[in-house]
Formats: sequence, structure tokens, C-alpha cells
Amino acid sequence: MTTKPLLKVKGLKKYFPVKKGLLAKTVGYVKAVDDVSFHVNEGETLGIVGESGCGKSTTGRMLMRLLDPTEGTVEFDGKELTALSSEEMRKTRRDIQMVFQDPYASLNPRHTIERILSEPLLVHGVKSAKERKEKVHQFLEIVGLSAYHAKRYPHQFSGGQRQRIGIARALMTNPKLIIADEPVSALDVSIQAQVLNLMQDLQQEFNLTYIFIAHDLGVVRHISDRVGVMYLGKMVEVAESEALYAKPLHPYTQALLSAVPVPDPNFSKEEVFLEGDMPNPANPPTGCTFHTRCPFKMDICSQVVPQLTELEEGHSVACHLYNETSDNDIKKMEGSLYAKG
Amino acid sequence: MSELAPKVDGVVEAEVTKNVGPWREAWRGFRKSKVAVVGMFIVIFFILLAVFGPSIAKEGINDQVMADRLQPPSSEHWLGTDDFGRDILSRIIHGARISIWVGFSSVIGSVVVGSILGIVAGYYGRWVDVVISRVFDIMLAFPSILLAIAIVAVLGPSLQNALIAIAIINVPNFGRLIRSKVLSIKEDEYITAAKGIGMRDVRILFAHILPNSMAPVIVQGTLAIATAILEAAALGFLGLGAQAPMPEWGKMLADSKNYMQSAPWTMIFPGIAIMLTVLGFNLMGDGLRDAMDPRMKN
Repeated sequence: MTTKPLLKVKGLKKYFPVKKGLLAKTVGYVKAVDDVSFHVNEGETLGIVGESGCGKSTTGRMLMRLLDPTEGTVEFDGKELTALSSEEMRKTRRDIQMVFQDPYASLNPRHTIERILSEPLLVHGVKSAKERKEKVHQFLEIVGLSAYHAKRYPHQFSGGQRQRIGIARALMTNPKLIIADEPVSALDVSIQAQVLNLMQDLQQEFNLTYIFIAHDLGVVRHISDRVGVMYLGKMVEVAESEALYAKPLHPYTQALLSAVPVPDPNFSKEEVFLEGDMPNPANPPTGCTFHTRCPFKMDICSQVVPQLTELEEGHSVACHLYNETSDNDIKKMEGSLYAKG
Repeated sequence: MSELAPKVDGVVEAEVTKNVGPWREAWRGFRKSKVAVVGMFIVIFFILLAVFGPSIAKEGINDQVMADRLQPPSSEHWLGTDDFGRDILSRIIHGARISIWVGFSSVIGSVVVGSILGIVAGYYGRWVDVVISRVFDIMLAFPSILLAIAIVAVLGPSLQNALIAIAIINVPNFGRLIRSKVLSIKEDEYITAAKGIGMRDVRILFAHILPNSMAPVIVQGTLAIATAILEAAALGFLGLGAQAPMPEWGKMLADSKNYMQSAPWTMIFPGIAIMLTVLGFNLMGDGLRDAMDPRMKN
């Protein structure tokens, strides 16, 4: 596997203005995504997890410029996407495709599958109708459906089948990067595994790079090489999948992991419970946004915003617990936190 | 390649054998309602009358036979004659052409103009939306027939101007309908998906948004044809629409009002013609609504 970064994101921000009153005066901003930086290597899968409302979908949409970022840069394959004109961006979209969460809503109910799947080809200049048709049939088979399904309408398929169609649509233009926005959250668990396996097989066959957005850590673990954890518009921890699950550093990640059910009745674990709800992103807490719910809160947490710093090779975390100044404290914390193994 | 993904979730295979498009499905639903089908036949009957009527009723519609004036229905004049001795049946048959023409063309006019304004307002939003929507609000604040009368008064009384007036007063209805439909559809995920594959705005509008917002327009359009026919008749009755000696149903009603007691057939038959056409379109429109309303779907 190569380690060349395909996508580099730096300081990405999206502030939605909050308007009030008769004249729609801007009274504040919802900081949906606040200073997020990460990179994705070619051929790997980066999982992005977080609670609903943490800005993970917004991030995904900004990468495709379906939403324009307030600030920040997105470098894809050597090109700066935020600087492209809308026409250039439109053409670049053939290299970045998206799989959507809701397989019912993301397919036009009035179009046949053939029309839905040939649209990307048509848009990107495949003129010959015969060629389009062949390609549609080919990709239907690749995602595990049959050529004769092309004549049908979306409502004639099950959820899993529709998601396969959504994946086929994303593949039509031979993209390099696929952003999957909770692609299996709307599916039954049994179907989830099939779709995930399909996505993994396709990744190998077409050398795809995935950004896999989900709220389910179990699903993300299954598919990701690296995982980023988001909280309230910020990336709080990024690590290799194995490292993150074996040794989560950020208290939020620890809480998320301890909430994943373990299918072993004898397994007793030390659970980290979070109190309260996620704060309103229109009025985020000062300092570390997590300090209101953090069980290890220190004085500094409510004052200084912690920066994402690389603690170990490929493992970054944004938390004051791991400041160099308090090295001994870390040892202490680790001793108590990871006792569960 | 097919071994990549086993077809395990192919559960619906056996159940769905035919490929049912949304239009054909709507037709199936429509056919289930007997009343709607009756309405459709009434409409078809009047359309055929409008198309072929003049060649059936060859009698001159304006031939005045003073000796035969105000004759009751008889074997010679099936629906009687009016105060100029003109055959009422042939006038009604010719009148069908006028009413159907007014109904369809005024509604098509308002659908086209209303759709364009509604799409622009809904898709682009911002100040364009504000301007267009406020104009619609102002127009809807007037009683529609009063607005029509005012427009005809400005343009001058004639059938063509009545048609234009009816088209204008119906524009905000369709404009609003399309705007609200576009507003909801443009948030749908398949529109985001279309943008995601790199589609241009215009193509998204015409390939995705417009076809998906058409169902309520067809329903509303059918019902609006009924109202348009009624409004044309009302304007004709008031002397602001069709002018003498055109065989327009509303005008015929107005001409007969002096003979209501001595020769009621001069009034009853044009009235029945108006009522039947309007009823036909209304029944059909109701049936279409039941068949196309997404809430009725499984």
C-alpha cells in the first residue's frame, strides 16, 4: 500500500450564520466544523466517527464542495479544490464520488436504474448510448445485481440493493476517492455486513480510497485503516485503527469505545460514562469543547483550546492530559484508564 | 467479477415481475376509481364534441329563422330554439369548442408562466423569491373573478382577452404550487447526489426537479380547467367575454335570462352543458389526485 497522501485537509471550517429578526441580521454562527485538519493516503480508508451533529457529514460535503468551506484548504491529488471555479470543480467531481446515507432518498424515484446509473457518464461526456448501457450492465453485475435490473425503478428494490445501486453510481466515473456518508446506517445489520464487504472488495479491485463517515465504531473498525474521532466540529483524535481501539487516548474516544457492546456475557469492563448532552455548536464551551462532559477535567481545559498533537507515530490527540509538562500525570492516567486492557 | 458479491439480499425478485413506471402506476390507481373514470369519459366526450362537433352539426349556428323563435324542444330542434330562432343544440355543440379551448389554453398558459416563475423563485431563492412570492400574494389577495373583470376592462371585452385574464389570475396558484414543490425537492438527497456526480444546475432542474414536481400540477391543472371554463362563462354572462353572435355557453345563458319563464330550455341546456363539463373535469381531477398523491402510496 502506498503512503502518498491523496487528500490533504487543512484548517477546514464551516460556520453557518444564525439569522434572527425581521431583517435577518446575523446574530451568531453555528460552528459546524471548526478547524479540522487531516489527510488520507491513497488506497486507504479513513473512518470518521462522532455523535450526530458533530460535523462529520458537513466535513464530507465540504470535501466535494457540495458546501463551500468558510475557511481552510482541501488539496486533492495535487489540486487545491477550494480555489477551483465551479465549472472546474464540476469536472473534478468525477474523481471524487459520494455514497449517501439514505438509499431511499438518494435515488430519483421517477428514473429507472439505467437512467440513474448512466447519468454520471452522460454528465462526464460519454456520448455513445450503447457504451453507456454496456457500462451500466457491467457495474450492476460488479455490485452484485443483474443486468436485467436496469429496467426497474428504485422502489422495486430492497434497502440493501438500493445501496448497491448507490455504490454503483459512485463507481461509474472511475473515481479515486469515495466519500461514504453513513452508507450502512439505514440498513439492517445483516445487510450492513454485505455492503461493507462489497465496499472492501471494490476497494481492492479498483484501488479506491475511502472516507468512511459513521457513528458506529464497530462498523468503522471493520473497514478503516485509520480512524478520526470528531466532537463538536473538531477532530479530537486520529490514529491507526488498531492503535485507536487498543489504546484510546482522548477521554471522549474512551467513552465512545466503552459504549460499544461486547458480545461476551462474562466480559466486564470499566465503563466511562458521559454526562449531559453535546453542547450547542452555536455557543460552544470555551477552551476544550469537551471539558463540560470530561471526567478528567483540569483547570486549563476551560481556558485553552488543546491542539491536535502527534503523541506517537500516527497517533494524534487534542487533549491537555497529554501535555509534556505533566508527563507523570499521563502515566498515572494511563495506569487507571487502561487497566481494563 | 460477479463472485464479488453474492446475491443474498435479492428478496424482491419473485414479487416484482413487471416494471411499473410511476406514470403507469398512477394510471392503475386512477382506473380503480369508477367516479374518476366516469369524469374522464365526460371530459373525453366534450373534447370529441369540440373537435368533431362542427362537422356533425352542420346547421348554421347563426342562421336566424324568426318564424321558429323560442320553439320548445321538438324532433326538428332537439333542444329547442332561442329568441332569434337559432338551433340551441348546434350552438351548444359549437360552444363546446370555445369552452374547451378557453379551459385548456388558459390553464396551459398559467402552468407555463407559473412554472417558470415558481422554479426560479424556489430554486434560486433569495431576493428573486421574495419579489415573485410577494407579487403572487398581492394577486391572490384579490377575489379572482374581480381581478379578471379588471383585466378585461383594461384590455377590452373579447373572448381572447377573457382567456388572457383567466390565465393571469391562475398564475399565482401554479407558481406557488411549483415553488413549494421545488423547495422540498431541492433538499432531497438525490438532488445532492446529482450535484455530486457533477451535473449542471439547468440539467438538475429539468431532469430531476421539474418531472418530480409535475404530479400536483397535473391534478391542479385538471381542476383549474373546470374553474377556467366556469370563469369564462361568467365573463361571457357579464358581457365581458365572448361577444354576440358567438355561441359561448355563458353568453347563451345571459341572452336567455329574459325568457327564463316563457322558454326555460334556452337557459337549461347551456347551463347543463357548463355543469357537465365542469363536473367531468372535477371528478377526473379528484381521481388524479388520489392516484398521484404520494401520501396515498405505500
